[in-house]
Amino acid sequence: MADEKVKGIVLDIIATVAPDADISDVDPAKRLRDQLDLDSMDFLDIVMELRKRYKVEVPKEDYPRLESLDSCAEYLGPKLEAHLTS
Amino acid sequence: MKYDAVIIGAGMSGLSAGIRLAYFDKRVLILERHYAYGGLNSYYTLGGRQYDVGLHALTNYTPPGHRGGQPLNRILRQLRLSREELKLHPQKYSEVRFPGRTLRFTNDVADFIESVATAFPKEAGGFYKVVEDVLSREYVLDGEDGESSARAYLRSFLNDEILIDMILCPVMYYGSPTPHDMPLGQFVVMFRSVYCEGFARPEGGVRTIIKVLVKKYRSLGGKLRMRCGVERIHHDGHRVTSIELDDGEHVEADLVLSSAGFDETMALCAGEANSTGTVAGVSTEDRLSFLESVSIVNVEPSAFGIMPTIVFYNTEDRFTYARPDGAYDLSSGVLCMPGNFTGAALPEGIVRVTNLANYDRWRTMSPAEYAVRKNEWADKASEIVAGMFPDFRPHVIERDVFSPTTIERYTGHLGGAVYGSPRKIHSGRTPLANLAICGTDQGFLGIVGAMLSGILIANAYGME
Repeated sequence: MADEKVKGIVLDIIATVAPDADISDVDPAKRLRDQLDLDSMDFLDIVMELRKRYKVEVPKEDYPRLESLDSCAEYLGPKLEAHLTS
Repeated sequence: MKYDAVIIGAGMSGLSAGIRLAYFDKRVLILERHYAYGGLNSYYTLGGRQYDVGLHALTNYTPPGHRGGQPLNRILRQLRLSREELKLHPQKYSEVRFPGRTLRFTNDVADFIESVATAFPKEAGGFYKVVEDVLSREYVLDGEDGESSARAYLRSFLNDEILIDMILCPVMYYGSPTPHDMPLGQFVVMFRSVYCEGFARPEGGVRTIIKVLVKKYRSLGGKLRMRCGVERIHHDGHRVTSIELDDGEHVEADLVLSSAGFDETMALCAGEANSTGTVAGVSTEDRLSFLESVSIVNVEPSAFGIMPTIVFYNTEDRFTYARPDGAYDLSSGVLCMPGNFTGAALPEGIVRVTNLANYDRWRTMSPAEYAVRKNEWADKASEIVAGMFPDFRPHVIERDVFSPTTIERYTGHLGGAVYGSPRKIHSGRTPLANLAICGTDQGFLGIVGAMLSGILIANAYGME
């Protein structure tokens, strides 16, 4: 369940930073970049929103770990733990 | 008062940078010397009428519902604006008119390919390859151009020098800071911006976009001080320590972004006022500037037979894009009818004519001569347009003209350089660690370019 919550958080953020992207049918195993036409500038904004909303820091070298919803869940799950249990 | 970031200039790059920095939760202050926003893309009211300064068209138009990495979509996402707010109306069609030949293009590049094939049948295949090659290249938005040449590139596909001139004419007028040629990277960006994506006009003119940017910036808590110029940037050789305003007040900031131009910003660091049009050691000879007349006509130009949205013309055998020796160059120019975009009718008809001009000639004129020469130029430029299309002159009810010195006075850009210095600094880097430049001298030109420049520089310097 925690994984699903993390994915929901990420999709919420994508809806904010890329309002024109269609997030209704995202394959969690596939790269977000390809499915939603996200580029590095959009990822910058996803990172920024994670920091603003959840105080989660994602260092530059870890950006590749946000490439799909599955990898986001794996990487962000532990960092978002406090928010997932509350 | 200490800010996280201070931005010099409330033009489109400064405002866009301000919005981005505000998203990064920075406390931002934008300083603008003029009483109006917009910088090189500004607007004014005269005799109860509204005029745009820089706007013929916004390039890089992409229709609604078009997703993907085009610059316009990137900007909308990065600034979190909806495209409805910009109220963009695409062009109908535009022309490149040279002696005996006319090319026509729209926002669908297939129309341009067809027009080239009709006017230059032998070059049809070569031109198709140009389009294919340009489209296959990534938009390089932050690459250094080096010594590459757009002319040499085009010659590798095409043999007809006139066609090469005709292809270059609109892209040079819409974004080349360099005379005669342009760097390949810049050409690729401009070719896509002009011919593949195309032109649009915001309803109401450039003020529509500027007001959207200002509103967004303010809604995020950004501070904006108008009529507040920077007198000097104080530094210790490594970092900016404070910014001294015209009234003597000092402002401190961790990060300073300047859209004043690179040389102009360095002059502020050296304590040399740059309002006189000269800065020691900086030549304005290689900077391009323009004369522009805006004629208000009593009927829409389309009603008396001027149908295109924009016309890029050249009356000589070869096209020369360079600073003229004389005060102006009538041989080529841009004619724009803002009423010939799609969308609602304008309150009044407008005909804009733009020619290349020599800043130094205008700077050294006496006020009396200046007034006479401005009208002399506008009359001659109108005469040339009247030779190409049904005469608009009997319909003119009002006309305003601005010159390179007007542009310099209101923007602070040396030499009235609309596209900045030919030397671009894509990284935005300056010798001072916490000072970066955005805007024309960073390298992206036009309205979309200016916004993109502010976004990229804010992202590069503001994330820490």
